[in-house]
Amino acid sequence: MEKYETVIGLEIHAELCTESKLFCHCAYIFGALANDCTCPVCLGMPGTLPVINKRALEFAIRAGLAIGCEITVDSKFDRKNYFYPDLPKNYQISQYDLPLCKNGQVTFEFEGERRTVALRRIHLEEDAGKSVHAEVTGDATRSFMDFNRAGVPLLEIVSEPELHSPEEAIAYCRAVKEILEYIGVSDCNMEEGSLRCEPNISLRPRGSQELGTRTEIKNKNSFQELIDAMEYEVKRQTRILDAGGEVVQETLLFDAATGRTVAMRGKEEADDYRYFPEPDLVHVQIDAEWIEEIQLTLPELPAARRKRFITDYGISPENAEFLTGTRQLAEFFDEAAQLSGEPTACANWIMGDLMRLLNTADSDIHESNVTPAHLNELIQLIDNATISGKIAKSVLDDVFETGKMPKQIVAEKGLAQITDTSEIETIVLQVVEEHPGPAQDYRDGTKKAIGFLVGQVMRATRGKANPQLVNQILTQVLSTE
Amino acid sequence: MSLYNLTAHALHEKLKAREITAVALTESVYARIEAVEPHVKGYLTLTKDIALEQARAADAGFQKGNDMPPLAGIPIAIKDVICTKGVRTTCASKILSNFVPPYDATVMTKLHQQGVVMLGKTNMDEFAMGSSTENSAYQITHNPWNLGTIPGGSSGGSAAVVSADAAICSLGSDTGGSIRQPAALCGVVGMKPTYGRVSRYGLVAFASSLDQIGPFSKDVTDCALLLNAICGSDAMDSTSVDMPVPDFTQSLINDAKGLKIGVPKEYFAQGLEAEVADRVHAAIAVLEQLGATVEEISLPHTEYAIATYYIIAPAEASANLARYDGVRYGYRTENPADLLNMYKKTRSEGFGPEVKRRIMLGTFALSAGYQDAYYRKAQKVRTLIKSDFDAAFQKVDVIATPTSPTPAFKIGERTADALQMYLSDVMTTPASHAGLPGISVPCGFVESGLPVGLQFLAAPFAEEKLLRAAYTFEQNTEHHRQKPDLSSFLVEN
Repeated sequence: MEKYETVIGLEIHAELCTESKLFCHCAYIFGALANDCTCPVCLGMPGTLPVINKRALEFAIRAGLAIGCEITVDSKFDRKNYFYPDLPKNYQISQYDLPLCKNGQVTFEFEGERRTVALRRIHLEEDAGKSVHAEVTGDATRSFMDFNRAGVPLLEIVSEPELHSPEEAIAYCRAVKEILEYIGVSDCNMEEGSLRCEPNISLRPRGSQELGTRTEIKNKNSFQELIDAMEYEVKRQTRILDAGGEVVQETLLFDAATGRTVAMRGKEEADDYRYFPEPDLVHVQIDAEWIEEIQLTLPELPAARRKRFITDYGISPENAEFLTGTRQLAEFFDEAAQLSGEPTACANWIMGDLMRLLNTADSDIHESNVTPAHLNELIQLIDNATISGKIAKSVLDDVFETGKMPKQIVAEKGLAQITDTSEIETIVLQVVEEHPGPAQDYRDGTKKAIGFLVGQVMRATRGKANPQLVNQILTQVLSTE
Repeated sequence: MSLYNLTAHALHEKLKAREITAVALTESVYARIEAVEPHVKGYLTLTKDIALEQARAADAGFQKGNDMPPLAGIPIAIKDVICTKGVRTTCASKILSNFVPPYDATVMTKLHQQGVVMLGKTNMDEFAMGSSTENSAYQITHNPWNLGTIPGGSSGGSAAVVSADAAICSLGSDTGGSIRQPAALCGVVGMKPTYGRVSRYGLVAFASSLDQIGPFSKDVTDCALLLNAICGSDAMDSTSVDMPVPDFTQSLINDAKGLKIGVPKEYFAQGLEAEVADRVHAAIAVLEQLGATVEEISLPHTEYAIATYYIIAPAEASANLARYDGVRYGYRTENPADLLNMYKKTRSEGFGPEVKRRIMLGTFALSAGYQDAYYRKAQKVRTLIKSDFDAAFQKVDVIATPTSPTPAFKIGERTADALQMYLSDVMTTPASHAGLPGISVPCGFVESGLPVGLQFLAAPFAEEKLLRAAYTFEQNTEHHRQKPDLSSFLVEN
């Protein structure tokens, strides 16, 4: 057993996918030309004033409800003061002592067990822009500012320090990410920076109740980087404590290239943000009716859905995990399972051939031509023996390409199975006549020779003959002659 | 016949009757500006080309016989803290010396809808911080009644140009008295509407919870016309209040009968010049004679208003002025060594001493370890001051006080002593804390010939009561008809 217990808390920042920014009408489009998504308000020009985006409030409340938080009915915004070139007003409009949501909890599976982590708070704040450092005509000292992201609504989700390993922290992050995606408030795209995780880490002697000195690691935007950073930091702190040293409270940056954390600023340099109530905004009053309205629009959350897939559909836990990976995937499966009444077949088709097609085309299930109705029809065609499972695979390829219904494809291409016994018998007789050797082998007791003959019949019917019928008729023909 | 010395409502009649044109009126005011401006120095920027274009547009409307708004074709001056699209807006600061807003303040949009003529932008204390307009980075404005004295502040330019007939009326902004005090010192009418009555969008922020735009005019009728034009809630300002805006000209009633006037004893205490007290008492007596009832009241927390103001306003200002950093617009220092050096040099070179003082005061008052003792305590006192007024307005309709404890003081007299300067606002800051509307009207002159102002205060959104009291007083006195004698340096044409 390890000598120290690792204690991790997480701050997760998620950009809300509202149509406009938190305090102005600008739409934020990732990848737009620098400063194209700005106006005097989000540029912090003199005399401009913020006006709260009601949709952002709604999204924050949605998140709060999904995570089981209390919603603060009388909330307010505060100014967080610090100078940085990417912050247009040199203060960030954030929330200090009256966050929109308090005291939630996130439940997730970790190493086969259910874990519940308490949330301290969720608050709403504006994002900053970004600096771009580039060389201009030989002058390497130039910096440029892109304020497109400035003012985009950010949700800050703060957990209690209740996670005990980097892996568990990642599982927690994934659970939060899944919830936010499910309820449609954030696309949680880590590469585009719409989800950023900042862990704080401390160690304490196993059995101790007191928290050790913690360090914070800034803005990690991939799970791999996040886990590397946390693992490095746990090792670093272990080394310090083993050597009898003391961990210094500081903010660290993780350098993915060297795999090490480096100090960004120490506690003594920690900013005094001089928070005070934002005088340009009035208090946010949230009435119970609105909260109820939002509650009603919440979709089924992934954990509940997984449970239902296992109990109602008899899906294995592993498959249920896979099928609830995204809200779109889960809804696709759910609908197909209900339409067809064959959840296992649906799961197999989705997780096998459909995923293969989606991966090859690098697209998502909700963007594809295949709908639950297509899948249902395909399964019915197999069930009523119109096509074989093998033909069905090629029909699915066609559906994926064209979006046509399976029945139409089968009709157009003449793929329906031959189930007419007399038609199959004619072909069987012909094949036996053409291949007297294998036929004789079978009669002489080499039963496996029948495989070759079945293959020849299928070939002659271009795969359309019902394989069971072919087998049956061949056996009959060979044993009667 | 000169036009520049008339009121907006008188000019509107002439414009409507097509006796005069807006272009002729505008030319007349610019001729006056040319004559007096070298001595008064109330303007930072003149926009004659724009003004003449706007005047021609107004004339076209009158020509067609359209029903034109009351301020159509009226030449108006704008304090340089209000953003004007395409026209430099400096806040009298070096740090915004080159700032041209790409947007209009909401009040400008509203004035343009009326078809006003914009004369130019007026001088002020840098970022509206001051009581004498001596804190301008550009020039000192002189009080037309005595060029050796200050015009008050921070809207000194807007008050002085109306007083000198270099504008028919003007807009200013009032945070702790910046409209009322210069109106009193320059002998004109000035009003701070209720906080939330006028949109602050486009008003460059000094102290967001106190700032309010308001009018300067030559009489109370013009004040009501300007209020009609600029009041109303605005989707761009969350702190603007969604209250119906009455037609304020309906409150121009010459009748004081039944009006209950409260006179707070705390305002007639130490520091109030005897001559000022005499004029104000005499003015209150006029209304009493006209049928108003007068009673002494108490506003016990008055003495804490200045101290409270100089915590809250600088605290908000320290954040509001953080954006002037040389990164995006405005002044940037030459050849900074690095980012921190750019911040420090830009702000050291761009801000004047009073602005720096207040940024430091405010930063300190908000700092960890001091916020409870200063900022939070000040907020509590602010609530107490507001409760004083709430209680008083249970009993009286309006409160009458001096606007300023002294008439205009000499240029340079208080610049060395910040505290002395801050006391200029002792009569005006309490109402600012409570968000109340207040008006200053001329109520006489001291021996040396300088004007004295009478301040009326009312409950939030009770501007109508203020206007009625002020109008009745004005209609029964002659003070507002007095004009400073600027003839010695005028070339009559």
